[in-house]
Amino acid sequence: MSNEILKMKNITKIYSNGVIANKDVTLSVNKGEIHALMGENGAGKSTLMKILFGIEGKNSGDIYFEGKRIEAVNPSDMINIGIGMVHQHFMLVDSLKVYENVILGMEPRKGVFTDTQSAIKLVADTAKKYNLNVDPMAKVSDISVGLKQKVEILKVLIRGAKLLILDEPTAVLTPQETEELFEQLILLKDNGHTIIFISHKIREVRQICDRITVLRGGRSIGVIPVENSTEEEISRFMVGRDVVLDVDKKPASFGEVLLRVENLNYKNKYGKQLLKDVSFNVRKGQILGIAGVEGNGQNEIAESIFGFNNNINGKITFRDISLLDKSIRDIRNLGISYIPEDRMTIGVTKDVSIWENLVSDSIDNKSLKNKGLLNIKKIKGYARELIREFKILCRNEDQQVAMLSGGNTQKVVVAREFSSDPNLLIANQPTRGIDVGANEFIWKKIIDLRDKGRGIILISADLNEIMELSDSILVMADGEVAAFFEDGKNTTEYELGLYMLGIKRQSLEERVGKFEKE
Amino acid sequence: MNNVLDLIFSTDFLFTTIRVMTPILFAALACMIFTKGGIDSIGTEGIMLMCSLAGVLGSHYTQNPFLGMLTAVIVGSLLACLFGYVTLSLKSEPVLAGIALNTLASGLTIFIIYYVTGEKGSTQSLMSPTLPNIHIPLLKDMPILGSILSGHNFITYLGLLLTVVLALFIYKTPTGLRIRSVGENPDAAKSIGIKVYKYKYIALIIAGALAGLGGSFMSMGYVSFFSKEMVAGRGFIGMAAESMGRGTPIGVLLSSLLFGAADSLAIRLQMLNLPVQLIQTIPYVVTIIAIAIYSYSRTEKKISK
Repeated sequence: MSNEILKMKNITKIYSNGVIANKDVTLSVNKGEIHALMGENGAGKSTLMKILFGIEGKNSGDIYFEGKRIEAVNPSDMINIGIGMVHQHFMLVDSLKVYENVILGMEPRKGVFTDTQSAIKLVADTAKKYNLNVDPMAKVSDISVGLKQKVEILKVLIRGAKLLILDEPTAVLTPQETEELFEQLILLKDNGHTIIFISHKIREVRQICDRITVLRGGRSIGVIPVENSTEEEISRFMVGRDVVLDVDKKPASFGEVLLRVENLNYKNKYGKQLLKDVSFNVRKGQILGIAGVEGNGQNEIAESIFGFNNNINGKITFRDISLLDKSIRDIRNLGISYIPEDRMTIGVTKDVSIWENLVSDSIDNKSLKNKGLLNIKKIKGYARELIREFKILCRNEDQQVAMLSGGNTQKVVVAREFSSDPNLLIANQPTRGIDVGANEFIWKKIIDLRDKGRGIILISADLNEIMELSDSILVMADGEVAAFFEDGKNTTEYELGLYMLGIKRQSLEERVGKFEKE
Repeated sequence: MNNVLDLIFSTDFLFTTIRVMTPILFAALACMIFTKGGIDSIGTEGIMLMCSLAGVLGSHYTQNPFLGMLTAVIVGSLLACLFGYVTLSLKSEPVLAGIALNTLASGLTIFIIYYVTGEKGSTQSLMSPTLPNIHIPLLKDMPILGSILSGHNFITYLGLLLTVVLALFIYKTPTGLRIRSVGENPDAAKSIGIKVYKYKYIALIIAGALAGLGGSFMSMGYVSFFSKEMVAGRGFIGMAAESMGRGTPIGVLLSSLLFGAADSLAIRLQMLNLPVQLIQTIPYVVTIIAIAIYSYSRTEKKISK
């Protein structure tokens, strides 16, 4: 195919610990297309891109770019031949200005000094050319996530990239920012650039990509043209079975109020007000989704309920018991569980075994002890049960949590938090960065819990998750409740986006009215 | 009381302030470059001490104070690179490596002076030329200003000059930009093909050289010989000055001046009938207070944001 710009042929990568990350993977990308690389977590997408970029070596296989065989030794080789990568975690130096970040490593010079004037001009001109609206003089730490991404794209373009790789670019964006990004990507495509778009999100891929290469279990399963395929077909390719993307959920039947949050105000240690007059209820059998752009108080709500924060004003009551003066231990004993946002630092102790992590909340439980000492045999048996029930992929219960994939680590957290059979579950970003299979599993568990008549607070930056799972939806913006929909079906992703960005806001009466009606 | 004020508000006091500020300024500049390159600066103290001795020995064996200073600069850079090798390439804990370097310096310097001179306390028996004091034409004849600003040691003027040069280097040259980037976010630098270690080592060499200059001032300008533990915490005060100066050259210079003034005050007050031990704590107490005030004002600022 003369139109082919990149070909990775029969790539095999076996890590020194014996894990086969890529097996005979073939990826072929045509010039001027937006090519999606899809697959569950651990399917080998990242490894494949690291091999392309020379960050990881490969055991066998060949890479051709523009018809020439290439051997990458380090990232700058790839940059030189015209391949650029926009990483999922931004590779920016926060204290530097936008233009400094962009020209870093290729600074125009005037004698021994950097030619600041022409550097700024170069950045401004390129930004204008590609319609990437960023101020070259702004400090990176002061700009939004969406703008940071534009800086990353600018960095790649200014280095003359013909092929751009975007690693899950929409994970951090609002729907509006995503739309803008897509417009820019299409503009780039029209300018003759080629794009590899790595994503989990089938809808987005269908929206802008031309073809999809699917990886599964380290192998390339096939190439699908987007045009004649349905979401279901693509997801079947990805996981090798049908995934219920539209969650199958019985209609909600709300019971009595479990948790009441009234006029919650919270200031952090620097005195910044992060929560302002937040009120809501959670009922039995209700999944309350809390949507919002990250950092708008959702996390603080979860932490305030669960006893992490001091300095709270307002009321939080669980079955008419105030939680404000309770320790985390007391709160857990009341039957409240918490899946924290940051699983690696708060969710698990990654250097110890799976079984130890699984019982860390229930270590005081008498049934796990024998004359005051831990009954290891019994605990391990219990851990094995949980591993089976929650389908945690591991060698055995003694394996370190650090060795597990993201999805399986999250399953360890979920298994532990569900094992106490909670009355109220606070799930903070329960499926972030995990694969479709684990995602579906966790969703099912959450719905099962609801159907047992328990209350759930679901905090998520993924609007799809909020829409699919929630019975009621609360939108946070700037530490305040921007909107509340008692029936989550009465809104759209687009409308939620407007509330999240603070473009729209329900009046107090609108919201309170809804609470009263309950 | 008048007595005290007279002692403080004199041209002599200001002259001494600049003189005693010199090693702190160098230490702080060294810490600034370390920090910009993302390297722990805790070993500055030990590097300075070793360089004080290296300077004296170089000067003694060559009978040329500038070659002595050069020796100190080279030894400083080598030690900084050693610290860098241990912490960057061998990935040992920087704080531990720094403590090891500092304790090594105090032991090894004593060992070397004993080996060379047969004495354990100082190198007073060696003939080591010192660096000259420089009287600036015109300025030296001006009233007040002349007696404050002129007649300082060569290294003092070099320090002031280097403050400006380093400011240009860090903020206006590609190498400076790259050092800042590898120091703050090495992954970002690496992702666009910048050789992280190369720029870390450039930072190490420069910082080591600066610490070396500061050390050589102690034994070849401040006094004319090496004595054990003569750096006496100036490396650490330099760390404090760097942090208070927010890592900017002008901030570093001003906070070094503050600590120099405290030092100078301690020297002045020794002329009064007060317990010497108490007075000698002044520079260190000022360091603690200054850092406390500085940290407090920074948190305040964050709150008001």
